[in-house]
Amino acid sequence: MPFGNTHNNYKLNFSAEEEFPDLTKHNNHMAKALTLDIYKKLRDKQTPSGFTLDDVIQTGVDNPGHPFIMTVGCVAGDEESYDVFKDLFDPVIQDRHNGYKPTDKHKTDMNHENLKGGELDGNYVLSSRVRTGRSIKGYTLPPHCSRGERRAIEKLSIEALNSLEGEFKGKYYPLKEMTEAEQDQLINDHFLFDKPVSPLLLASGMARDWPDARGIWHNDNKTFLVWVNEEDHLRVISMQLGGNMKEVFRRFCVGLQKIEDIFKKHNKSFMWTEHLGYVLTCPSNLGTGLRGGVHVKLPNLCKHAKFEEVLTRLRLQKRGTGGVDTEAKGGVYDVSNADRLGFSEVEQVQMVVDGVKLMIEMEKKLEKKEAIDDMMPAQK
Amino acid sequence: MPFSNTHNAMKMKFKADQEFPDLSKHNNHMAKVLTLEMYTKLREKQTASGFTLDDVIQTGVDNPGHPFIMTVGCVAGDEETYEVFKDLLDPVIQDRHGGYKPSDKHKTDLNPDNLKGGDDLDPNYVLSSRVRTGRSIRGFCLPPHCSRGERRAIEKLSVEGLGALDGDLKGKYYALKNMTDEEQQQLIDDHFLFDKPVSPLLLASGMGRDWPDGRGIWHNDNKTFLVWINEEDHLRVISMQKGGNMKEVFKRFCTGLTKIESLFKTKGHEFMWNEHLGYILTCPSNLGTGLRGGVHVKLPHLSKHEKFGEVLKKLRLQKRGTGGVDTAAVGGVFDISNADRLGFSEVELVQMVVDGVKLLVEMEKRLEKGQSIDDIMPAQK
Repeated sequence: MPFGNTHNNYKLNFSAEEEFPDLTKHNNHMAKALTLDIYKKLRDKQTPSGFTLDDVIQTGVDNPGHPFIMTVGCVAGDEESYDVFKDLFDPVIQDRHNGYKPTDKHKTDMNHENLKGGELDGNYVLSSRVRTGRSIKGYTLPPHCSRGERRAIEKLSIEALNSLEGEFKGKYYPLKEMTEAEQDQLINDHFLFDKPVSPLLLASGMARDWPDARGIWHNDNKTFLVWVNEEDHLRVISMQLGGNMKEVFRRFCVGLQKIEDIFKKHNKSFMWTEHLGYVLTCPSNLGTGLRGGVHVKLPNLCKHAKFEEVLTRLRLQKRGTGGVDTEAKGGVYDVSNADRLGFSEVEQVQMVVDGVKLMIEMEKKLEKKEAIDDMMPAQK
Repeated sequence: MPFSNTHNAMKMKFKADQEFPDLSKHNNHMAKVLTLEMYTKLREKQTASGFTLDDVIQTGVDNPGHPFIMTVGCVAGDEETYEVFKDLLDPVIQDRHGGYKPSDKHKTDLNPDNLKGGDDLDPNYVLSSRVRTGRSIRGFCLPPHCSRGERRAIEKLSVEGLGALDGDLKGKYYALKNMTDEEQQQLIDDHFLFDKPVSPLLLASGMGRDWPDGRGIWHNDNKTFLVWINEEDHLRVISMQKGGNMKEVFKRFCTGLTKIESLFKTKGHEFMWNEHLGYILTCPSNLGTGLRGGVHVKLPHLSKHEKFGEVLKKLRLQKRGTGGVDTAAVGGVFDISNADRLGFSEVELVQMVVDGVKLLVEMEKRLEKGQSIDDIMPAQK
């Protein structure tokens, strides 16, 4: 590249050992993967927009991690980060995404018609939801982007979303201009997002200039919601009460396709590669970036000795209904796909649909005090 | 400079008004001063270490401020920041430091013999006395910008310098990341321990990066001289003791600082200082002397008097609660200190504290006896 990154070059006055972070008390994917040799090799590199190794790892250095929860500890500042710093990202990705290799290819399948079934028992499934993220190619990502870029992303996104019609017709609410009435309504709908408080996110730089160019768009039906410039350029959510995951996924795929088509008309596309799928800020969200799940009543199954094993075999994970790190209340769990990379969107939602169907059958058996041993699934 | 700053150069693709921050809801010194013209002029510049205008102002953009408290909203990343971005920082300094002009000269006086009195503040009223300042080591970037390598080098130099102190200044260094539980508890009990800042004002500037690497506390065996390393500045130096002998506190302060400075000089290092801005520190509010000298003093009657605020103003003093800035006074005990930092010397500032507190205590005694204080109202200093 024509110009060096002054700040980074200045640091080269110190030896690699002098600059290498102290990770002795750390427990995150970055700390597990980063060695002094990798640091030496990558420290003088930068992406075309000037993102450096220290930028990638800062959040992981500042947040040693949790003994029980393995955080990622590194972020991308732009699409090229995953290439320029592959010596670090590849092992992180491999560790986080079940052995996914640098040579593996990721399959994208956003054809909702490929989903079989998906209408779940509404006596047990209270709500269904699918979310993902998208990054707009040619812009840097939230940890790195400038105000000018962020505003351009917002402008492009609003233009695209405002041209949606039919079931997708909706409205944009910028965070910095919201009226109190709008704010209350968005809170009641559980749509509002606020400036992050998690030090994991703040240390990455993604909250700079808050709330400039951040906002929420949703359709009039309140079943399709887009967050602009939070942890990713776009976070897209399709949801509704009840167990009709088929419908939620249809709307998800159709909506995303329409948004992508409109962007393409403006000569913009989403960041995507055959190896990593959709490229997002956090390595944990690569591939599909998809978390599809339900709130489901499993008061008997959740007390069964094999509950965890069932989830693991079905490639599902549980959370409380307040989201990650919350408790389940009244036996109601948030159950969703555990994978992001290496399986397509259809495959992941299929796992949720099939897995939840099985878990409801198990719940019904346990209600009648019958055994579930003969229903134990094979490892997917 | 030979190379441009890639990240900053990339932003130049957007026009100035596309990059200019929205400061419409902001109330801080930076927001009062920064115009689009200024932004347009300074946005392509950088210091030799690569600190840019956006780096300077990020904390002020992220923290709109308080309707009552005027925060600064900008920081320096190195010594050159105050020069390269003078178009912004000069008016900020002028507004913050009582009209201090770009052409003004600041006087440094760390000779404790020049302080008159100060050894006889009434200990029945003055519970403790304290003087603090900061120092930056020339040639290194400041906490918002410095790398781990720089921060560790600053720590190493400082520990070596402090390790050579003797007599009543002889002491020990406690690195934050190697502290035992016992050491930590002792430092908490002594009110010496500092922790990772929680204030979004500080965190947004980048000074909390890599915590607790390269940070630590040094204090002498007598626990009357304390140095913080790599917190908001390279060094924060504190001299303190119980009672009202501010003269002794200030003498130890000056002697200790002068010794530390000499030790640094023997190793070829000096403190950042110039004749216009005095000692250079991270926050523009601490330029000049960087000195806050004060006492914890019992003023239960005076604090209720309607002219209390006015008296303090005339004496160029400010009050805080005994928990520090933004805390309430408990039991009529106030933290009273100099309001100025730049434009007066260290001796002058501590003299104002000493003379001012002496008068405040006299007023308190009068009011205790039900007497008036109208005839001892001071003139504006």
